[in-house]
Amino acid sequence: MEQKEFMEKHKMLYSLDRREFMLFCTKIAAVLGLAPSFIPKIAEAIEEGAKKPSVIWLHLAECTGDSEAFIRSTYPSIEELVLNILSVDYHETIMASAGDQAEELLEKVMRENKGKYLAILEGAIPTGTPPGPGGKPGGFLTIGKRTGMELAREVCSNAFAAICVGTCSCFGGVQAQYPNPTGAKGVEDAIGVPTLKIPGCPHNVVNSVATVVNFLLLGSLPRTDKYGRPLFAYGKRIHDHCPRRAHFDAGQFVEKFGDEGAMNRYCLYKMGCKGPQTYHNCSLAEYNDGTSWPVKGGHGCIGCSEPNFWDDMAPFYERLPDVKLPGVEATADKVGFALVGAAAAGAAVHGAYTFINRGKFRNREEEKE
Amino acid sequence: MGTRHVIDPITRIEGHLRIEIEVEDGKVKDAWSSGTLWRGFEVFLRDRDPRDAWIITQRACGVCTTVHALASVQCVENALGIQVPDNARLVRNLIMGAQYLHDHPVHFYHLHALDWVDIVSALNADPKAASDLAYSINPNAPKSGAGDFQAVKEKLAHFVNRGQLGPFDNAYWGHPAYKLPPEANLMAVSHYLDALALQAKAARMHAILGGKNPHIQTYTVGGVTCVADLNPDRLGQFLYILREVKSFVENVYLPDVLAVAPFYLDWASIGGGLRNYLSYGLYPQKGGKEPENLFFPRGAVFDRDLSKAHPVYEGKITEEVTHSWYKYTENKPLHPSVGQTDPWYTGIETETDGKYSWLKTPRYEGKAMEVGPLARMVVNYASGHKPTVEAVSGVLRKLGLGPEILFSTLGRTAARAIETKIMADAMEGWLNELLGNIKKGDMETCVDAPMPDSAAGFGMTEAPRGALGHWINIQGKKIRNYQMVVPSTWNGSPRDAQGLRSSFEEALIGTPVADPKRPLEILRTIHSFDPCLACAVHIIDPRTNEVYKVRAV
Repeated sequence: MEQKEFMEKHKMLYSLDRREFMLFCTKIAAVLGLAPSFIPKIAEAIEEGAKKPSVIWLHLAECTGDSEAFIRSTYPSIEELVLNILSVDYHETIMASAGDQAEELLEKVMRENKGKYLAILEGAIPTGTPPGPGGKPGGFLTIGKRTGMELAREVCSNAFAAICVGTCSCFGGVQAQYPNPTGAKGVEDAIGVPTLKIPGCPHNVVNSVATVVNFLLLGSLPRTDKYGRPLFAYGKRIHDHCPRRAHFDAGQFVEKFGDEGAMNRYCLYKMGCKGPQTYHNCSLAEYNDGTSWPVKGGHGCIGCSEPNFWDDMAPFYERLPDVKLPGVEATADKVGFALVGAAAAGAAVHGAYTFINRGKFRNREEEKE
Repeated sequence: MGTRHVIDPITRIEGHLRIEIEVEDGKVKDAWSSGTLWRGFEVFLRDRDPRDAWIITQRACGVCTTVHALASVQCVENALGIQVPDNARLVRNLIMGAQYLHDHPVHFYHLHALDWVDIVSALNADPKAASDLAYSINPNAPKSGAGDFQAVKEKLAHFVNRGQLGPFDNAYWGHPAYKLPPEANLMAVSHYLDALALQAKAARMHAILGGKNPHIQTYTVGGVTCVADLNPDRLGQFLYILREVKSFVENVYLPDVLAVAPFYLDWASIGGGLRNYLSYGLYPQKGGKEPENLFFPRGAVFDRDLSKAHPVYEGKITEEVTHSWYKYTENKPLHPSVGQTDPWYTGIETETDGKYSWLKTPRYEGKAMEVGPLARMVVNYASGHKPTVEAVSGVLRKLGLGPEILFSTLGRTAARAIETKIMADAMEGWLNELLGNIKKGDMETCVDAPMPDSAAGFGMTEAPRGALGHWINIQGKKIRNYQMVVPSTWNGSPRDAQGLRSSFEEALIGTPVADPKRPLEILRTIHSFDPCLACAVHIIDPRTNEVYKVRAV
């Protein structure tokens, strides 16, 4: 169907302003890397589903930052997502019912939509056993009568697919950093059910929405890297698309926050930016309706979409070792593996580094895809 | 002996909360509040770079986000004895203000409103009558014509007729405690949707100065990093979003509170709870030192005596674990800086006489204190804070009631709306100060922060949910000990050794419960505190280097 014809046909049906809606579809197509001819198909996939896909959204060991991120969606608006596109049947932060009624609802949704609903997971699963007479595995988190671990296992194993939003459910996140006192793990690690992962601390809503649209459009989830992150969002390093990259190449750096270089938006590598080792589309998608992202705000990337970033990327204000500096100021502390060159050749190297964090935290093995 | 009822999970809050109540003769006789998640923040902060603490502690909460960031950079700066440049002060005030302007309307419309508003009833509303109602409360009400309400009603009908109620399924619709006429319900539904769109826009204020939202990334010990964004273009964007949000607060949020209140006046004498209030104050003004220079004063009010605000000393804060899932070597209250860590979990189905929560129990001078918007308004009022006295008096005048109604579930909800307005008014002033500095050529945003080998400090501020304190001890340029005493620990903690209840539990006593199987009234009072449990559950490191062992599966 031609776009014009399509718009004519549907224009009275839905509340969302047409121009805004098509703008959203264009954005989604861009995030997913699809040809413009897909735009009407995206619109159709979103609008025409007679039955909205059921979503069960679980809160585990988390801070609700990913729910907050999700409700910042503007294209489509969160109203559109919650009322017309998805059927968000269980989500503790927004649902009206509580207690027994909430638990009943969860059972009902799982029963009626078995194998068809999307499980969206926010937060890590504490697997450790608290000391004391009531201690049992997973006891650091209980919801209703169950531990978070038991609940996640039941919800994920009956889902069409399990999608992790935010680094906690993907990889364990903030509470899993050394010494990980609650034995927190990512959902897949903790319960053995494969999950699609949309990390970030918190994640960028354009990436979760694009994943859902992919599901609506193709009935499947997008292609991923070896960690289970969609390639459309996590296929390239921040550094590869950084608007400050030219300054890196020219050897122009911020030497101290607030200096002349900072005012000129020079490269933040020396201030500890982890962009050279972080696979994420922040510089392209930006946050909050394209308003900004950390490097635009003058602060280095902290690598929040990478597994174990709390240990591997800290301290956040110390520069990464082994990144070869090009051009006039080629004075890196150490000349190591030629990360930059390899990335320029197509970003096929995944986290190819060994970063020993003050000898205290985990060592990350050099690995290649 | 009444009957026992458990509500778990409590929804429309941040975090994991369980409330157990004992009901006798249709009223709550006793209550127990349990935080059911533990994450162990202070344990993994040990040995980290103190400059990283704000990035880590900000992840204590994704709803308050920036408040932990601020308390954390402040506590390190306090330890280092440094003063941030004026521009950094202003940027931080604006980011904090934006936090409140985002967070409070979201709480009212998306977390709290469904306790008062029956969505299903809105389907029976007459759009013309809804329009008349809206204009009778506020002649400037936006999007309030009969056609506007007709469109919302149709949208709602379309949604309901598709048969998938999503987040509105299996709720308490039709409950006898719902009192609003259909027209007021329709107006509220309409504003629920407007506020959803508005909050995404309000969050852009954070993104402009903070790089992104939630979880900003432009603070650093010594100042802020966003110097390149301090230009007329970006600040102009900020200003116009601020004005749009401010207009919503003035023309929709505050009028809605005034519109709903008359139908629920019985709730002006329910849910009062404790009689003591604590606020650390916030928003440093130009010149002077904390706490004297704070726009919202630091203070405590005892026994609801509005004639006097008492000074607050951080040394008088203690925490204890009589009913918390921890053990102390001696069971006595300890100052946060010398607290101990020894989790001791006795199980969720345990008797409530023993330990029943992951939250510790904080006290000030040994007293249980309420913290949050009501505490701030009470402390401000008792301190003679002019904008607060004017705003509170204005609201009371419109309702035709005295200040005693503040001490209630309804008062707590009104206090939140009132302070949002006061802050919105103040923000434009800070933005103008910032522009004034830039105009003068003052672009200083960050000072050097050399890390001493050892130091100690604290940072105190106010999160939307109440008093927030961070304490740090630095040794060998690393974090030796880090603690947070957070709002929902004050409010949601279990009772103390004397059996005295904290805010949630005390406020529930006497609450009417029409049907214990559908405990709508309990949600009203609990939600009036805006519980935020993610940061409330944490532990305090011991003086020893010991990190206790946990068996992993």
